[in-house]
Amino acid sequence: MRTLIFRTVAPYLSSLMVLFSVFVLLRGHNEPGGGFIGGLIAASAFAIYGIACGVSPVRRALFFHPMAIAGSGLMMASIAGLVSILAGVPFMTGLWVYIPIFGEELALSTVLLFDVGVYFVVVGAITSIALALEERATD
Amino acid sequence: MTLLVGVFFAVAIYLFLSKHIIRILLGAAILGNAVNLLIFTSGRLTREVPPILSPDDPVSNVVITANPLPQALILTAIVISFSFFAFLLVLGFRAYQELETDDTEEMRFAEPEDQEMPPLGY
Amino acid sequence: MASSEKTPVDLSAAMITEPAALADWLVIAPLVLCMVLGSLLLMVRKDTRLQPFIAIPGLAVLVLLDVGLLVHVIVNGPVTMTMGRWLPPFGISFTVDILGALLCLTAGIAAFAGGLYGAGDVNDSGRRYGFYPFLFLMMAGVSGAFLTGDIFNLYVWFEVLLISSFGLLILGSERGQIDGATKYAFLNLVATTLFLIATGYLYGIFGTLNMADIAQKAPAMTDKAPLVTLVSLYLLAFGMKAAAFPANFWLPASYHTPRVVVSALFAGLLTKVGVYALMRVTLMLFPAERDVLGFVIAIIAAATMIIGAMGALAQTDFRRLLGYLVISGIGIMFAGIALASPSGVAGTIFYAVHSMIVMTALYLASGLAARAAGGFSIASSSGVYSSHVFLAAITLMLFFAVSGLPPFSGFWPKVILVKASLDVGAWWLAGAILLSGFLTTIAVGRVWILSYWRPAMTGGPAQDEAVTLNPLVDYLPLVLLTALVVIVGIFPQQILELSQTGSDQVLNPVDYIRSVFPQGGEQ
Repeated sequence: MRTLIFRTVAPYLSSLMVLFSVFVLLRGHNEPGGGFIGGLIAASAFAIYGIACGVSPVRRALFFHPMAIAGSGLMMASIAGLVSILAGVPFMTGLWVYIPIFGEELALSTVLLFDVGVYFVVVGAITSIALALEERATD
Repeated sequence: MTLLVGVFFAVAIYLFLSKHIIRILLGAAILGNAVNLLIFTSGRLTREVPPILSPDDPVSNVVITANPLPQALILTAIVISFSFFAFLLVLGFRAYQELETDDTEEMRFAEPEDQEMPPLGY
Repeated sequence: MASSEKTPVDLSAAMITEPAALADWLVIAPLVLCMVLGSLLLMVRKDTRLQPFIAIPGLAVLVLLDVGLLVHVIVNGPVTMTMGRWLPPFGISFTVDILGALLCLTAGIAAFAGGLYGAGDVNDSGRRYGFYPFLFLMMAGVSGAFLTGDIFNLYVWFEVLLISSFGLLILGSERGQIDGATKYAFLNLVATTLFLIATGYLYGIFGTLNMADIAQKAPAMTDKAPLVTLVSLYLLAFGMKAAAFPANFWLPASYHTPRVVVSALFAGLLTKVGVYALMRVTLMLFPAERDVLGFVIAIIAAATMIIGAMGALAQTDFRRLLGYLVISGIGIMFAGIALASPSGVAGTIFYAVHSMIVMTALYLASGLAARAAGGFSIASSSGVYSSHVFLAAITLMLFFAVSGLPPFSGFWPKVILVKASLDVGAWWLAGAILLSGFLTTIAVGRVWILSYWRPAMTGGPAQDEAVTLNPLVDYLPLVLLTALVVIVGIFPQQILELSQTGSDQVLNPVDYIRSVFPQGGEQ
């Protein structure tokens, strides 16, 4: 697997994939896409990087442990549901805030926060599983 | 469609009855897909438009749309069966490494075959 | 969601407009608490010293929330909260009645005891593997399953608790654990898939997944759709989960492999979730179809009881013996479902509460006894009584409770169940309950005589240095649970009334439905 071409391309490929995954995540707001599929793309990016360059560079590049990323995502998703306690509406109700930035209206919502949470959960969980598999396979 | 579901189930059950972990794993993956197809059919198959109302006039031009709920259910089920499959893959791999077998008949570490009799007297 | 500012659409037909009262938040509070704390603990996974200090107060708060929820339900009747303001049956609703709240509270107490015990029993590597995060996620699954009012959501919570239970099961990655986990995982996968299949058919028939909605529509559909098939699918799926007779073999194959505290939580919580789900589906949703299958369930119940007790007789390992006792208890709960009379269901609810506490306590006690006597095998361990009198006394009480002797908590539900089965003339079911109690007494009596009463063997594996047990983390959870067993046994009135109201609510879910559909339920 560790050919020269693959090793050269892999960092660029995976960084592109992570970028694309963020794009898919934000696009999922109004069009097909979303947290889950974005997270899968990002996780496969890390998996490719891991196949090409080994597991420890991936762990170093991620800085946080994958499970910690998943935990933070779960936290975000739960908080997104909890915001509605302040508004006096049932759990998980979508709330919207419109912030004007540079003349454009930026729509922020708890739905988006939830989706970002899902993204992190998927990235964290799938990456940790993929890395565990790769780690075992190489030694 | 129904036939396809039936075939999927048959294949999955056949694989499940095998004694090798890896085949059971494949069976699990196929079984998940079989169930997803089943839910999809139970939501009535239609060749209609996607269930999205137009924002300008949401009520008047309502036509028969595809049923969105089975799709939501399947999406959830896919996510769950995917994570399940990933976990089982790791587990099966670990089992193969640690127990040095993927044959379920040789997996007797938790329940040794030659168990001693319970003490019959004091 | 087309609800932007530009197009004001009248959504009051589809959404709940009145604001949610703060008290209604209690419905999902246990769930959200578990999720938030679980994720927090997942983030601080490396800091093994910090974890118990977050987890144990968190579990205490969980118990308090559950108490609050139970009181709220007792005072106001079933409570519903629907996610995201979409009106049921479109939105996913969480509906709690006394049955759900009571079991949720008991689960919370068992988890609190387990968490406390885990502080002393689970070492650093186990904590780094994520004992506490998985514990919280499992509690999220268990609470969610008890509280939800939507059958697909129930499936999702089943999966949540399953996946986190896998995590707990392989905490130490020993060979036996991986072996046990493999069997556990695949068989539970089959069970949840059956559940999902049944749910798919259910949706095909009813076009709705909200339990209150189904309970309304089911009587009209009895002759039009193959509901008996559907209910038997559910019976098989939940029976597998609960380890009832034909599908019970996975439980003794895996429950003795993980750490003691994990076994304790599994025995206390997981199988009871299966029983709970079966009660919801058979008793509340499809009572007419359950009557058709009543005899089958009764046979399953009797067979499960007897097989469990006989299996317990044949074991030498203390923990595997306890695994069979769990199965026997499941059989007794099934008996109440088979009878489906108000008192029978009340007995089942009461027994579920009792069994959750007692089985958790017994596993914890077995862990302590193994530490004191040097092993789980009752053939080679001995002398716990001479070295740890207090532990031995507590265990004796638990043994009495699990075999259903007065004055402990196992006595009353068995009395109710025996009486209920004699009322309908099912003398053989009553006989099976009594026989399984008798066999259980012999099985646990033998453990008591051999491992506890027998003087310490010389030259045996009993350790030379005296094993000291930490009074706070080792004894406190056990004492707490045993105290509950004794109190419930001596003053059963409160729980008895609760179970009776709970069973009335399950058998006659008018309040439940009205709680979900305030307008009287006509769509």
